[in-house]
Amino acid sequence: MKSNMIRSLLGALVATIVFSAPVIAAGGAAVHLDDAHVNLKDEASLQRGARNFVTNCLNCHNAQFMRWGHLTQIGLTEEQIKTNLMFNPDAKMSDYMTSALKPQDAKAWFAGVPPDLTLVARVRGSNWIYTFLRSFYVDPTTPSGWNNTVFPGVSMPHVLHDLQGAAAKVVVGEKESHGKKIAVTKIVLERVGTMSPQEYDQYVRDLVNYLTFMGEPAQVKRTQLGVWVLFFLVIAFFAALLVKREYWKDVK
Amino acid sequence: MASGPKPEISPPISGPLGQLVVWVDQRFPLMSLWKDHLSEYYAPKNFNFWYYFGSLAMLILVMQIVTGIFLTMNYKPDATLAFASVEYIMRDVQAGWLIRYMHSTGASMFFLVVYLHMMRGLMYGSYRKPRELIWIFGCLIYLTLMAEAFFGYLLPWGQMSYWGAQVIINLFAAIPFIGPDLAVWIRGDYNISDATLNRFFAFHVIALPLVLLGLVAAHIMALHEVGSNNPDGIDISKHVDPKTGIPKDAIPFHPYYTVKDIVGVVVFLALFSAIVFFAPEMGGYFLEAPNFVPADPLQTPAHIAPVWYFTPFYAMLRAIPSFFGSAFWGVMVMGAATMILFALPWLDRGKVKSIRYRGPIYKCFLTAFVISFVVLGYLGVVPTTVWGQIPNAIPVIGGVDTATLVSRILTAVYFAFFLLMPWYTKKEIPNELPEPERVTK
Repeated sequence: MKSNMIRSLLGALVATIVFSAPVIAAGGAAVHLDDAHVNLKDEASLQRGARNFVTNCLNCHNAQFMRWGHLTQIGLTEEQIKTNLMFNPDAKMSDYMTSALKPQDAKAWFAGVPPDLTLVARVRGSNWIYTFLRSFYVDPTTPSGWNNTVFPGVSMPHVLHDLQGAAAKVVVGEKESHGKKIAVTKIVLERVGTMSPQEYDQYVRDLVNYLTFMGEPAQVKRTQLGVWVLFFLVIAFFAALLVKREYWKDVK
Repeated sequence: MASGPKPEISPPISGPLGQLVVWVDQRFPLMSLWKDHLSEYYAPKNFNFWYYFGSLAMLILVMQIVTGIFLTMNYKPDATLAFASVEYIMRDVQAGWLIRYMHSTGASMFFLVVYLHMMRGLMYGSYRKPRELIWIFGCLIYLTLMAEAFFGYLLPWGQMSYWGAQVIINLFAAIPFIGPDLAVWIRGDYNISDATLNRFFAFHVIALPLVLLGLVAAHIMALHEVGSNNPDGIDISKHVDPKTGIPKDAIPFHPYYTVKDIVGVVVFLALFSAIVFFAPEMGGYFLEAPNFVPADPLQTPAHIAPVWYFTPFYAMLRAIPSFFGSAFWGVMVMGAATMILFALPWLDRGKVKSIRYRGPIYKCFLTAFVISFVVLGYLGVVPTTVWGQIPNAIPVIGGVDTATLVSRILTAVYFAFFLLMPWYTKKEIPNELPEPERVTK
């Protein structure tokens, strides 16, 4: 009976920790997030994502903790990085990936300095970025002319609208909530871009994959090493258990 | 101590190594330390699962010190460099990510292990006479550990580091009259700033670790003076072998408990590694997402929550309403919740020590206490609006957040466990099962 009680107490403790985790992870407003299907072993996707990042994001955002040279971890050679990704011929491999946009210009043009993106995947979560970049719609009431269902009032315009096209927010129905009628809205593509919706999703997925890598470049190595460490500890457990049993034989 | 030649010592092992031990032993009490604390420290033979956490806490202490030393080699305690230096460790230092994750996971696991270790004390009455001082040293270790964790949490200089420290230091500002000056004195500035970071670094890497090591030594010395308690909570020295003078129910700590603790260590390390290698953020509990944003004094995060090990007390703080515009009452309650632990040995008047032989009242109170601590811990990490509001239609309590009301009730339960203890332990009739003369399984 006693050990049952202890077990149920422990169980309750573990359950509280495990089941309340999503509450923290979600953080902000409850918006449905699409799964980005991040795969850090897909080097082709990571490399395309690095290109998408450098050609779009890096124009305004910094990645001030990420060195160009660390891109070799996604299978690129230094030569490839130099010729295809680094626009500044004087930049070195050990330089950080920074933007040419000056902070004072950013303040004048966007009413604020764009946030650094090195760790954005760890701050916001990969699925959040994936959904965010696919949720822009035309909104004439905002300074940039764009708004976003995931991040309402965002000051960033829809940089990728050439690729995705332009969407509008339309009312598709009504629902009851706390006795009030609330309009149910949806984003509908009104002008097509140069990419099909599937191509655009893949483009963003590659980008998010890269951002996830950049947030923690050691991730793949970490999980690979972890398997070996746990494998060793399982063997060590049996060895330790046998030693313990041998010694404890004479304890009556 | 008597001077003069020491008696002849026979070497414990043959060969040159044995000779070396003899040589050392004539100049330093090597063998007697070894015997007193390991090979001839006799511990009850019926230690169970709950007895692993003392040695595990020691293991984590050593691990935190070692990983901490390596982190210090690359960390920069400077408000303009701190955040970047942590990212440097994560990206450019050889195995830096591993050292950092071991340290951050170690902090949380330290508290988990210490909480389980304290739970053991509560269940088996390990704080009772003659072990009051062991308990008091333990409480001091716990308080020092909380301060150590608090100072360390500022060092990555992320948003949560900054605003968490802001919230905690503002608690001191709530103390009447001296509060505001005290807060400035702690920060070394009118805001959390470079000066604060520098002094917190000094406290975290040298001042408190020294205190911690001293207290741990005192904790163990006091333990080895009176001997370990056991799951039956009975005195094993009542039945000694007349020839050897050793309690019949005791076994030497080494090799029996050293080999047993190694099994516990390996299991713990497997759990620890699973977190370090596969979930170092632990769903936002061990590393909070907003802490990957550098500290910004001009931008308050939407939701400030301390790390999980502080949240039971944080929930109490939030639950206490302010009186006359002062949040000091909440601070007092929070402080009292930790200080009351010290009084435990004198609050318990039970006839038996172990929960195995206590009556149902104590079991109910202990269960209620554990539930209140865990649920308060949960409520401390989520916003107070998590369970909605109690409708205004209900008199007296209407219009309050449900979570706040629950926190108030649980705070009362937490204190009731301690404050009613003299009454319910004195009154209670022990279980029909009699306390045995000799230890059981």
